[in-house]
Amino acid sequence: MIDLQGYGPRLLEGALVTVEVAVLSLLLALVLGLLTASAKLSRHRLLHRIATLYTTLIRGVPDLVLMLLLFFGGQMGVNAITDWLYYQFDVDIFININEFVAGVVTIGFIFGAYMGETFRGAFLAVDSGQLEAGRAYGMSSRLIFRRIQFPQMMRHALPGLGNNWMVLLKTTALVSVIGLSDMVRIAAEATKATHEPFLFMIPVAVIYLLIASVSEWGVARLQKRYNVGFGEADEWNN
Amino acid sequence: MKKLLTLTLLGMFLATGTAEARGTDEVRLAIDVPYEPFVYRTPEGELAGFEIDLGNELCARADLECTWVEQSWDGIIPGLLSRKYDAILSSMAITPERENQVLFSIPYYNTPSVWITRRDRDIDISDKASLEGLSVGVQRGTIRDSYVTQMYGDTLDIRRYSSSQDVANDLVAGRLDLSFEDYPLAVDTFHFNEADSEFKQIGDSIKKPVSIFGKGAAMAFRKRDEALAEKFNAALRDVYADGTFDELMHQYFDYDLSLPVGE
Amino acid sequence: MEQLNAWFTELLADNAIFTANTLGYYLDGLGNTVRLVFLSLVIGLLLAVPLAIARGSRRKWIKWPVFFYTYVFRGTPLLIQLYMIYYGVVFIEGIQDTILWVVLKDAFFPALIAFTLNTAAYTTEIFHGAIKATSRGEIEAARAYGMSRGLMMRRIILPSAFRRALPAYGNEVIFMLHASAIASVVTIMDLTGAARFVYARFYAPFDAFLFVAAIYLCLTFAILYLFRYLEKKLLAHLKPING
Repeated sequence: MIDLQGYGPRLLEGALVTVEVAVLSLLLALVLGLLTASAKLSRHRLLHRIATLYTTLIRGVPDLVLMLLLFFGGQMGVNAITDWLYYQFDVDIFININEFVAGVVTIGFIFGAYMGETFRGAFLAVDSGQLEAGRAYGMSSRLIFRRIQFPQMMRHALPGLGNNWMVLLKTTALVSVIGLSDMVRIAAEATKATHEPFLFMIPVAVIYLLIASVSEWGVARLQKRYNVGFGEADEWNN
Repeated sequence: MKKLLTLTLLGMFLATGTAEARGTDEVRLAIDVPYEPFVYRTPEGELAGFEIDLGNELCARADLECTWVEQSWDGIIPGLLSRKYDAILSSMAITPERENQVLFSIPYYNTPSVWITRRDRDIDISDKASLEGLSVGVQRGTIRDSYVTQMYGDTLDIRRYSSSQDVANDLVAGRLDLSFEDYPLAVDTFHFNEADSEFKQIGDSIKKPVSIFGKGAAMAFRKRDEALAEKFNAALRDVYADGTFDELMHQYFDYDLSLPVGE
Repeated sequence: MEQLNAWFTELLADNAIFTANTLGYYLDGLGNTVRLVFLSLVIGLLLAVPLAIARGSRRKWIKWPVFFYTYVFRGTPLLIQLYMIYYGVVFIEGIQDTILWVVLKDAFFPALIAFTLNTAAYTTEIFHGAIKATSRGEIEAARAYGMSRGLMMRRIILPSAFRRALPAYGNEVIFMLHASAIASVVTIMDLTGAARFVYARFYAPFDAFLFVAAIYLCLTFAILYLFRYLEKKLLAHLKPING
């Protein structure tokens, strides 16, 4: 096997950090994405404008710049608020925006914008006749959402969500720039210390490819599940 | 919908970090690792070095419970201001820009900066015209960055790195023509005083102008923590007065980097 | 103009951070970012056309290596590719003595190589998809005219594929602009590098990074409108007549 010169365990720890950052920011992105999509589809004009501003701004600025802004600037902003609380109400709290939090929040925020667009398109793709049919059956709007709208929306959204996840996964590498010890940072440190050019970078690249391949398989399975009942129809159309 | 929003906000707040109450007698000291021989990690992962020993000694004398926090140079002042730790003890030179942000202790050491290049190179640092197109590596946001930017910004190709280690690596690799480094760090990394070293110092050691290099390295505190700074000032005078500083210094350096206290 | 100039000078005189000096850093950074992104996109595009054709080849020994290349470069972070090329090659024994070193020594070229290989991989897949989507009718018509394979590729398939690829390629250009921010990690003074320098100098994260974010936003919109214009011009024939 390959001799990782003692860096093996740390590299694995780094891989775990990468996965943690990716999964947590995915969850944040999904929540933000659903909120954004509902805001964009709502008739409320202010909500609509806020959501549009959010998606436009986020998609116009590089991930790394946003991350540096939040990591270096976010703490100062948060402090201004906690200091104000302290002087006004004698409430003494300290909120620590460390590398991990800055990474997760930034990536979650960025991909929330992309997820928002995906969800919006998917909601619009659901046949309105289906919702009407639900109403005709006397279903409550919550039940319609759960039984009809959400499952069908997911069917349309899944390819886009899968795609966003793949991009998100690769974006996690940026947290190494603000100092979080993910696998990219550890591989870079190991490369510089041991002067072994590709010994650490290639395994890390392979881990990324592995996670991507596993996700691809997972998305395909989910796709199959949400496509239940549509398989035959598609064949007919062809 | 409203409930969902509240829950989300709450979740985000929790995700945004741990809310902590401020400590009492515990003092957290920040340091940028590694900066040999001031600070480095032993193979077992322990922090060691001149500044670690000095800091521990100061804390013992001031009767404070100290813990070390590792922090990259980029974020070391914002981290102090944002209370991630209570003081910086990391070879930070006193400069006017920094004095706007933080409160400095009395300086505890002062070392010059030096130009380093490969032994086989023939570079005359005083002849500005001959420097055109050569590259120099510095750590971003240090006094050495300020110096080369101000003095050589229009001739040298200045490359700014996140850590001094990266500068050293690229000089060794042959990617840089020059490095402008803190003297003790340069001794430790390039061994340029030894006959068989691949590197050499060129030009004089540089300590001036004071407007850039400052009066020396000092601890940094938040401006309102004057009492804490005073405790460390007293401890610093103390270790200087009874010779402990010299003793520690000679464990790591074979030259003098001490200052007349109170200068 | 005179007035505007005076107003601007006054504005600059009032703040400590955005002096003519630091604005100079941002301007140089803008130049470096544009140069880096433009060059890698152009070279990447030139590489992607033959690669996309090869990717669709029926011969396995042509098709699979290209597939492997795009799979690896699209499946791993650009930052790793940059590290491998910037830090990795340095430690190859004796590389400093070869002619290659002249190119690799500077930070610009390793970054250019990494960015070019990365964008070429994405562009290859975009073109491959567009070529695959060529309607059978067009191909049959070309065959009926007795066109050779090469001529058909040049006259029929590629022009129509380029048009179809335009929206996706516009996205790739914006992605590349944003991805180029990591050049600052290997000491290149691009826009982000300038912002990091200004931040480290003045400890003013909001000023340094918001300013640079605004510049990126403007660049993004410029690219967006350029591609909208191109789409309007080149895809006009695909619109419904009365649309």
